Amino acid sequence: MTDGGDLGWWGVLIAVMGGAIRVSTPYLFVSLGETLTEKGGRVNLGLEGILVMGAMSGYGTAVVTGEPWLGVIVAGCAGSALALLHGLICNLTRVNDIAVGISLFIFGTGLAFFLGKPFINPSAPRLPHLELGAWSTYPQVRSALEINALFIIGVVLAFALAWGLKNMKWGLILRTVGDSTEAATALGYSVNWVRTMGTVAGGFLSGVGGSFLSLYYPGTWNEGLSSGQGLMAVALVIFARWNPIYCFYVSLLFGGATALGPALQTVGITSNYYLYGAAPYFLTLGLLIYSSSTKHSLAGAPGEVSISR
Amino acid sequence: MKKALPASARIGRVFALFYPMVADIEATTINLTSGRKKMSKKFQMSRRDVLHQGGNIIAAGSMMSLLPTLALAAKTVTVGFIYVGPRQDFGWNQSHWDAARKVSKIKGIKVVEQENVPETAEVEKVMQSMIELDGAKVIFGTSFGYWKSIKKMAKKYPNVLFTHIGAIWKSGDPKNVIGYRGYTEEPHYLCGIAAGRMSKTGKIGFIGSKPLYFIYNNCNGFVLGARSVRPDLTCNVVLTGEWNNPVKEAETTNSLIDKGCDVIVANVDSPKVSVETCERRGVFSCGYHSDLSSLAPKGFLTGAEWNWASGAEFVRAFTTGKPYPNLKRGGFKDDMVGLSPFGAAVPQKVRDEILTAKQAFVDDKLKIYKGPLKDNKGNEVLKAGQVISNTDIKFKLGVRFFVEGVAG
Repeated sequence: MTDGGDLGWWGVLIAVMGGAIRVSTPYLFVSLGETLTEKGGRVNLGLEGILVMGAMSGYGTAVVTGEPWLGVIVAGCAGSALALLHGLICNLTRVNDIAVGISLFIFGTGLAFFLGKPFINPSAPRLPHLELGAWSTYPQVRSALEINALFIIGVVLAFALAWGLKNMKWGLILRTVGDSTEAATALGYSVNWVRTMGTVAGGFLSGVGGSFLSLYYPGTWNEGLSSGQGLMAVALVIFARWNPIYCFYVSLLFGGATALGPALQTVGITSNYYLYGAAPYFLTLGLLIYSSSTKHSLAGAPGEVSISR
Repeated sequence: MKKALPASARIGRVFALFYPMVADIEATTINLTSGRKKMSKKFQMSRRDVLHQGGNIIAAGSMMSLLPTLALAAKTVTVGFIYVGPRQDFGWNQSHWDAARKVSKIKGIKVVEQENVPETAEVEKVMQSMIELDGAKVIFGTSFGYWKSIKKMAKKYPNVLFTHIGAIWKSGDPKNVIGYRGYTEEPHYLCGIAAGRMSKTGKIGFIGSKPLYFIYNNCNGFVLGARSVRPDLTCNVVLTGEWNNPVKEAETTNSLIDKGCDVIVANVDSPKVSVETCERRGVFSCGYHSDLSSLAPKGFLTGAEWNWASGAEFVRAFTTGKPYPNLKRGGFKDDMVGLSPFGAAVPQKVRDEILTAKQAFVDDKLKIYKGPLKDNKGNEVLKAGQVISNTDIKFKLGVRFFVEGVAG
């Protein structure tokens, strides 16, 4: 049991920070995935469906095999499969990737709900976490610093992707394809192939993000599991300027915003809890308005992405 | 009258051939001989009706083939359960699913079920198919939002009994509708006793969904029960504003635990996430809706449950032609609520204390709301000596306050 040390307003701060770390991981993975997809010149709005599908398949695998890490991998593969569908359909001429994304969103969630029925009841083993707060005597701090390995992988991945996009050959190819179809074709790259691969890689990461929801936090599978994290991550990518490192910061911000409401209510600020609950969504709206200003250009926006064309 | 019939009329005629049970189509076929204008109008109506029923050809076919078997099995009553969500969700829907299991064990009753039925016209189609295809005589509509559809279908099928969980039936509503609901504040009071005895910090937590009367009552029951054994105890209340949002529920549970609460009950659609989070963080939890003891072998204390299976008595009364109430609310006295099995952490002494209190509810000796009672803002709600009956629904529906001891 806890010793019940009351930290007052510090408690709120710690809860928001802990919440930021706990809640941000799915945002981080989905936004990294969408960054890869959009850098290649396509928008995949179906990430919400992929996220839910990943959550379901990961949970189901963990229930059946008892091995949560296998669940993470299966979730990624399920995500890639759905993303491949998106990629292949968008390879056809005059197919609108936004429309395909929306239908994939509905298809993915529907399929996950349909296949996920038997897994609502059983409990799956959870992913392990690292106790980075063992030095503290406060249980609140210890709990806030229980960090899941996926979060750390996500952070490392954010920096690796940022470096790779800038310095490695695949990064350059992806950016070329994303910025100018003509240039990429002139250089002899298959635009469709590169874009499909970008989408598939993005789908893998989104699927992994979904498995975090079902296998670590909140660590359950039901049909209300995702409250739009996949869709919000798309807005988040725009705000993060297609920069993986910014994706990490913005994910933390969104996670903290989600944790704010419950933390404030426990210290007795109970009015307007709907407003606090809507904080992440307000943030999304605000960010979109801010980033759609005509005064400054969208630095980093891939030239071929349909939303910036 | 030998004019070519409009396409719609021809379709209607084909339907009429296959579907002689529907009286108005038969009537329409006869009406063919009268004036054309009148006829086509009639046909339009019946066609819409036919289309509205959806899948009627299948209905007709299977009903015909079922006729002999129906006659043989006339003694078996088919009962339909309709759930708004997945039926094994460790929550609201499961409490009804549990009831369906109990009801299906009664001899002479067959249960048909459908889950994930939205609160739209969809539920009417499901009811219709249960009545017409499965021959259901009783329909349990287990979501509040089914109310309008239930009233509509009850008028259409006066020989079928419909139950609704809101207990909001009023005179003027169809007679073949029953509203029933348990007083879950009573088992919450017992959970409160467990919480008061087991809490080390003297702080407990209540997670609510929306600010509705039964959420206030459940919370007050929980706090009053806890303070009946530990008067200095306080309770932190957090309302999530949503029936089902696992991330928010987990986050709320974590912040309550960070705040020092060491017994937590969650009044949301499925308290599974909250109970599991409590178990991981090593604090106690209480359940709601259905039995959640398996989710937290170490920290589960007990839980407040519904006993929807009490609706079986309506089935019996309706099928044997005996009178039944249209509105029924009750607590332990009427066997309409239940208590989850105790968790391993609860010592025998506390179990005895809780079971004694439960018996006092059965005997109507223990009242939840009694004076002197203050709300959490210090206003006097009940004077010393004032007692509210456990069945005083007017008072309970009007509860919009938290009792003293609730923070926030």
